[in-house]
Amino acid sequence: MSDITSQSLFELTSNIKEKKLSSEEITKAFINRAEKSKKLNVYVTDNFEKAIDQSKKFDSNPNLDFKLPGIPIAVKDLFCTDGVRTTAGSKILNNFVPTYESTVTQNLWSQGAILLGKLNCDEFAMGSSNETSFFGNVQNPVGENLVPGGSSGGSSAAVAANLTPVTIGTDTGGSIRQPASFTGTVGLKPTYGSCSRYGIVAFASSLDQAGPMTKNVRDCSMLLEVISSFDQKDSTSIDYKRNHYSKELSKDIKGKKIGIPKEYRVDNMPDEIELLWKNGISYAKDCGAEIIDISLPHTNYALPTYYIVAPAEASSNLARYDGVKYGFRSPGQNLIEMYEKTRSEGFGDEVKRRIMIGTYVLSSGYYDAYYLKAQKVRQLIKKDFDDAFSKVDAILTPSTPSSAFKIGEKTNDPVSMYLNDIFTVPINLAGLPGISIPAGKDKNNYPLGLQVIGKPFDEQNILNISYALEDKINFKNDISDWWLSE
Amino acid sequence: MNKNSEYLIERENKKYEVIIGLEVHAQVTSESKLFSQSSTKFGAEPNTQVSLVDAAFPGMLPVINEFCIEQAIKTGIGLKAKINKKSVFDRKNYFYADLPQGYQISQYKYPIVGEGKVILDMPNGQKEIGIERLHLEQDAGKSIHDIDPNNTLVDLNRSGVALMEIVSKPDLRSPDEVNVYIKKLRSIMRYLGTCDGNMQEGSLRADVNVSVRLKGETEFGTRCEIKNVNSIKFMQMAIISEANRQIDLLEEGKEIDQETRLFDTKRNETRSMRSKEDAHDYRYFPDPDLLPLEISQELIEKIKTVIPELPDEKKKRFIDKFNLSPYEATILVSDIETSNFFEEVIKKSDVKLATNWITGELFAVLNEKNLEISQSPVSAKNLSKLINLIKDGTISGKIAKTVFEQMIDGDQDPLIIVKEKGLKQESDPKAIEELINKVIENNSDKVAEYKSGKDKLFGFFVGQAMKESKGKGNPQLINKILKEKLNG
Repeated sequence: MSDITSQSLFELTSNIKEKKLSSEEITKAFINRAEKSKKLNVYVTDNFEKAIDQSKKFDSNPNLDFKLPGIPIAVKDLFCTDGVRTTAGSKILNNFVPTYESTVTQNLWSQGAILLGKLNCDEFAMGSSNETSFFGNVQNPVGENLVPGGSSGGSSAAVAANLTPVTIGTDTGGSIRQPASFTGTVGLKPTYGSCSRYGIVAFASSLDQAGPMTKNVRDCSMLLEVISSFDQKDSTSIDYKRNHYSKELSKDIKGKKIGIPKEYRVDNMPDEIELLWKNGISYAKDCGAEIIDISLPHTNYALPTYYIVAPAEASSNLARYDGVKYGFRSPGQNLIEMYEKTRSEGFGDEVKRRIMIGTYVLSSGYYDAYYLKAQKVRQLIKKDFDDAFSKVDAILTPSTPSSAFKIGEKTNDPVSMYLNDIFTVPINLAGLPGISIPAGKDKNNYPLGLQVIGKPFDEQNILNISYALEDKINFKNDISDWWLSE
Repeated sequence: MNKNSEYLIERENKKYEVIIGLEVHAQVTSESKLFSQSSTKFGAEPNTQVSLVDAAFPGMLPVINEFCIEQAIKTGIGLKAKINKKSVFDRKNYFYADLPQGYQISQYKYPIVGEGKVILDMPNGQKEIGIERLHLEQDAGKSIHDIDPNNTLVDLNRSGVALMEIVSKPDLRSPDEVNVYIKKLRSIMRYLGTCDGNMQEGSLRADVNVSVRLKGETEFGTRCEIKNVNSIKFMQMAIISEANRQIDLLEEGKEIDQETRLFDTKRNETRSMRSKEDAHDYRYFPDPDLLPLEISQELIEKIKTVIPELPDEKKKRFIDKFNLSPYEATILVSDIETSNFFEEVIKKSDVKLATNWITGELFAVLNEKNLEISQSPVSAKNLSKLINLIKDGTISGKIAKTVFEQMIDGDQDPLIIVKEKGLKQESDPKAIEELINKVIENNSDKVAEYKSGKDKLFGFFVGQAMKESKGKGNPQLINKILKEKLNG
């Protein structure tokens, strides 16, 4: 048996079910490795002591019918966890301990999983490199001083570094898929309405979705099966019959029509990304898929549209962090002064930048020119996909226009940072499911990902295509454990 | 409309007309809040009826309370208004300590209810007031400034309670019309059970828009909005004071600034709260946590089947069926409790007498004791018994008043009072004849005067006979027999 922490969720689950490993052994193995991995800075808050207690409790009376029997899992610190501090990577929630549990994490615990701790992320999920976190940047295990992507950077790093078997992140414009791509891991953003948003600290309500982040596609299907559920506490949750994703997982994609959108061939795209895409296409052909050239004509407008819609919603969603009810408060002589000091000191620069953009685009006199127009463009982008999906079953694109960059490289250039999301943002605007799988490496040996985009509620199909491609690509993440301390 | 009854404010030969529009905030009668399951009960300990959603904890999401939607549709039907099949909840963004989300969920461009109307019964006829729209929104919490000298305290019990904002067209022209309009709205909502209209508990408040113009002008003047006035009396005072302030400005050749004002009840004047330039930019946008609200025709039809008879229809029925005067009918239908009481009384007694007794004696007692009809000291059942005693001649109207006075004390049965006190009317012709004979005997001089032509003395004999019967003699019988005796 290989080292516990390098095992996939599927392996760990099998080993527990076959009684080859106990929950306590697994939990302690991950905790032990985490203790030696502080340099990566993936944890904001750990739950190690309680996790060990819970694993012992599980072992004393193991329920092997669970889908995640006694499996320890760390989650992004955007999910509210009952009794465990939840910060959203922000100073303003530095001391916030929820008395309630998000639906998605509750779904994990209801299937036997155990909370290992809360993973670092960009502040309020606003960022593409995990550098906006109040709790400091995260190191990408792929290479020293490399960003792990964002906003689910702690999550991607933790999976890649074998600090959690799987994790869940949230994706508003690419926050699951881009960090997955940067760390050589798998990340799926489900259809909007698939996973409940109840109890997830909101960034942009019409775009936010939780999703699985894993080492491979099979684990991804297993985790999606657990977290996706209809929830009456979220009015945008959709009541539809969800697949038994892991059971229905299949590499047979013969005859599937896969679209290649020409607009994703952007200027200055590195050759290695172009090559990665070409390879992906030929692997798909090898699997018997039919490749069809398609057009998504409004792709160019996706990024500007996103950077109007998302900040607009965020500016309103973050109004509740005012120092009155919970979280950080900086006292003032009067209410206005208290607001100003609390929010000036409590929020970081990127969050403030987006609150200002959002406030501006919703302001009287600018609303029509920005917000309303963006909503119209969003409809056009959605229609592009609707039209494309009348011809194809899925769409294949690169996940990101580059591999992971150095820490600090883009912090002073927000626009270049925003460009990271160019391939992932349209999928959120259209509410579609998208998955990033590791597909190759660049000249520095840094991972690169391919994205498979599906029709609404067609997660099974993109999982299957990814499963088939994964097999052909046979990607190996060679991570040297350079950060480990004794 | 009768010109003489127009409400105009005069200044040196000039006559000004006052234009009023109201935005009434009516609390929806509902056990739980608009987007959460917390209780709406009034008067609970501060911050005991607050859910995580009401306090806007991270990750909390609003879920529409469908009962509140049905209540709004009901009210819309009561206002003869268009129910919009699709409406949208928007966020109205502003910061305040008692607004936990940092925004109020309201309806901006697409309200649940569109144009409708309310009919006012004014002394000189009916007047129709247009309704612009009705939309649903959340109430805010309460900031309490006078408990702690150094801090403002916040009570979130009210946070998230459902309100209907009912916006009238600028059709109101006088404080009297405002009085009748508010009462009519309140009456319609109480009939429907959609708002209890309790102004003391803040269930009904209004923003009052006032402008003035010279009589005969067709353009509207610049308006000012007086925020959050919570009684009809204060609305009327605020309108009079604000209209006069605006007229004074115009008379001095000054301009009126469009602004939001507050009414100072102690000084009986309005003062500026914020100018148009300082007006909040609420940055309305559709709430992405809520899908657009879609209402099916089936639901509207289903709700229509449970709409009770409303004041206007009831009034028409009372006039047509019971032959009441419009005035009587208006009074009896003005409040659902009154009309229910009336209909209960007339189930078993005479309509005309019931109308007179309710609007006369009963209202007088309620007024005097400051009671609602629901707290009436005399039940409908006993009042109808009393009326039947009058109708069948058991007691006279005059005795009935004595009986009624006793009934007030503990809702006593009039039959028992009449029996115990021996107040039954004397209607035996022989007994009456006997006592009349006695009166004639004792007053032979007056009889002679009468017979010699002094007709006026007839009343004297009636009085004497009544006295002889200790007030219990049947008046008709006394009259009849006296006439026979004296004229025969």
